[in-house]
Amino acid sequence: MTASEPAKFDEMHMPDGTVREAYRGYNQWLEGQDEGWMRRKAFEAESFFRKTGITFNVYGEDDAEERLIPFDMVPRVITAGEWRRLSRGIEQRVRALNAFMHDLYHRQEIIRSGRLPERLFRDNDAWLPQMVGFTPPGGVYTHIVGIDLVRTGPDEFMVLEDNARTPSGVSYMLENRETMMSMFPELFSKVKVREVSDYPRRLAKSLAACAPESAGSKPRIAVLTPGIYNSAYYEHAFLADQMGAELVEGSDLRVLDGKLQMRTTVGFRPVDVLYRRVDDDFLDPLTFNPDSMLGVPGIMDVYRAGNVTIANAPGTGVADDKAIYSFMPEIVEFYTGEKALLPNVETYRCADPDSLKYVLDNLEELVVKEVHGSGGYGMLIGPTSSKKEIRQFRQKLEARPENYIAQPTLALSTCPVFTKKGLAPRHVDLRPFVLCSPQGVDITPGGLTRVALKKGSLVVNSSQGGGTKDTWVLDD
Amino acid sequence: MLGRVAHGIFWMYRYLERAENTARLLAAGQRMTLTRGKDMADQEWRSILTTLGLRQAYEACHDDYEGAQVCDFVLRSKNNPENVMAMVESARTNARACRSALTAEVWEAVNEGWMTLRDLLARPVRDSNLNTSLAAIRRESTLARGATHGSMLRNETYSFARLGTFLERADNTARILDVKYYLLLPSLSYVGTPLDTGQWDNVLRSLSAERAYRWLNSGRMDARSIADFLILDDRFPRSLVFCYSRMRQNLAELAQLHGAEGTCHEAMRAADIRLTGKTVEDIFEQGLHQFLLEFTAGNQALAGAIAEDYRFVA
Repeated sequence: MTASEPAKFDEMHMPDGTVREAYRGYNQWLEGQDEGWMRRKAFEAESFFRKTGITFNVYGEDDAEERLIPFDMVPRVITAGEWRRLSRGIEQRVRALNAFMHDLYHRQEIIRSGRLPERLFRDNDAWLPQMVGFTPPGGVYTHIVGIDLVRTGPDEFMVLEDNARTPSGVSYMLENRETMMSMFPELFSKVKVREVSDYPRRLAKSLAACAPESAGSKPRIAVLTPGIYNSAYYEHAFLADQMGAELVEGSDLRVLDGKLQMRTTVGFRPVDVLYRRVDDDFLDPLTFNPDSMLGVPGIMDVYRAGNVTIANAPGTGVADDKAIYSFMPEIVEFYTGEKALLPNVETYRCADPDSLKYVLDNLEELVVKEVHGSGGYGMLIGPTSSKKEIRQFRQKLEARPENYIAQPTLALSTCPVFTKKGLAPRHVDLRPFVLCSPQGVDITPGGLTRVALKKGSLVVNSSQGGGTKDTWVLDD
Repeated sequence: MLGRVAHGIFWMYRYLERAENTARLLAAGQRMTLTRGKDMADQEWRSILTTLGLRQAYEACHDDYEGAQVCDFVLRSKNNPENVMAMVESARTNARACRSALTAEVWEAVNEGWMTLRDLLARPVRDSNLNTSLAAIRRESTLARGATHGSMLRNETYSFARLGTFLERADNTARILDVKYYLLLPSLSYVGTPLDTGQWDNVLRSLSAERAYRWLNSGRMDARSIADFLILDDRFPRSLVFCYSRMRQNLAELAQLHGAEGTCHEAMRAADIRLTGKTVEDIFEQGLHQFLLEFTAGNQALAGAIAEDYRFVA
């Protein structure tokens, strides 16, 4: 399939045009609405987002320092049954991810057993020798995980990417719902949609459950942000605000008396759990990048002494690597003893000579990604690329094959978006947000649906012109 | 509360207050120059630029004092890094950096205010749109203050917000008075020409005090009672005494919350001695200009002590 062909699966409509079960309630409501009124609503949504300041910053754009991620008013709807199946698969995968991380930083059984080549993490910058032999408080590595899912058919959900490092976008899940509820209150009395608004409370609870023992009964949580110029600053402030946690920057923190402390108006006060939205590399200039102004000198010593929880744990980025991803079915089976409930997208590892040959022969048909890349950068989408682009990419691939994986161009499911000419199908993915603590795995019923607003496009990343939708999980 | 956040909140409210007071000053100046000859108009704009500390910077760019040009310089000129739009921008940047210490109402008021003014001040200021812009600046600042009053918890954050507001306001009032102090000297009150009442009226307007003053003095204009009103009347919300009584209260709240006083509380007591129990005659005896100089210096020392005591910076 190429990007210009129509998708095989549409979330709202059957091929014959009838409306699917999931959308019955929504469609009934929609048919009763005036088109002009809906158009005005779309305009209203944008000014709503501008006012509340839900913006993101795009690096390298001068004039548009703060941009809006376009919001589409047609919800992505998931039935209760679909969600149950997805939840089971997600929970299994997230448990496996944590067990895998623990193993990687301890006995490395999975490598001894020959299921995973050692070079995969030895070559990986995200793997941190400082974490070897250390177990984070509560044994949790990935406190907050975003699992990117795509769909190709009624029962065909697949994992496209694991975001175990610092998944972002949860504020959009929450604000998109708020926007929908304020624009269309009557809709929510007609269709029973499960709540997402208690995510910040769940997050605070989950983080508190991971606090070090020294923290006492009311652990102090802080959100560490790189500051107002970071692209996700809005989300950092939003989550801190909603959790009732302090929003701190590196300059607010200091290591004193073996504890992480923040500079308050009455002096330094300890922090027990640091939900950091700063990359590993910038976390501690004494341990990692010495030029970092965003982190806290000495925080890794406090961490290794068990006096602070860092969420997510340093070194979890190793699981975001797309070469490791290609082994996830084996990883899930190794640690859970069960077959993976959620399959991967078929993936060719270019490090493997046979796969490389296949990939080079079929570049026009494939999507090729850097193993450490993210945000839709540094990738080739064969079917929509020019001959020249493919030729240039081929050179990069031949020079460093181990740096790439390739996947077939998927027939991602589509979901209607609201356009000037009425509803039109656009490709979507789905990122549910998962919380891990010693008390268990907690999945908020909903998530972030990203949508490629350009007709036929498969790139849903907000940095590349993607938009978002409210994501509904229906109540039984 | 983080020291950095206290710092951000304090300055956010200082910038909002300063933007509003600057707009008020320009509006009064504009009104004054409409009824005066060129010489008087030039003198008025020069005095406004002096009050704002911008005279040198302005004269480095322009040779004359055309009203719209002065206002454009003060409100939005790139040649003036301390222009009003930059103040509003700074207030918003601080609000963003302290977003989790503010209510949604306050943040949205500041953010929407910034959007409105950015659009209004996107083009050069002309006589035809000047009043709209000046009114909008005052309105947006008022909305942010109203949202603060109506939605914020009365906690530490609020105390720093109010301290920033009143410290800035006291400073602005003192500066306006200082530039016009010669108009308020008692010797002039015997002259009583129409020109002088116009000048007095202008001083009152610069602080939005003309109505309140007239209401209290049934139309009687004299330098002594104007100075008395603007410095010592604790019913007028821009008077020095009013601002300081609010700051005293806010600092007492902080001391109570923290269980201790700091050097800023000492600075406050020192300022009180300079202000309370004084009559306007005492002030004239000391010399109005001297009094205002000392007041402004004391005000600055107080701001420094607050920053120090509450760990505004590392």
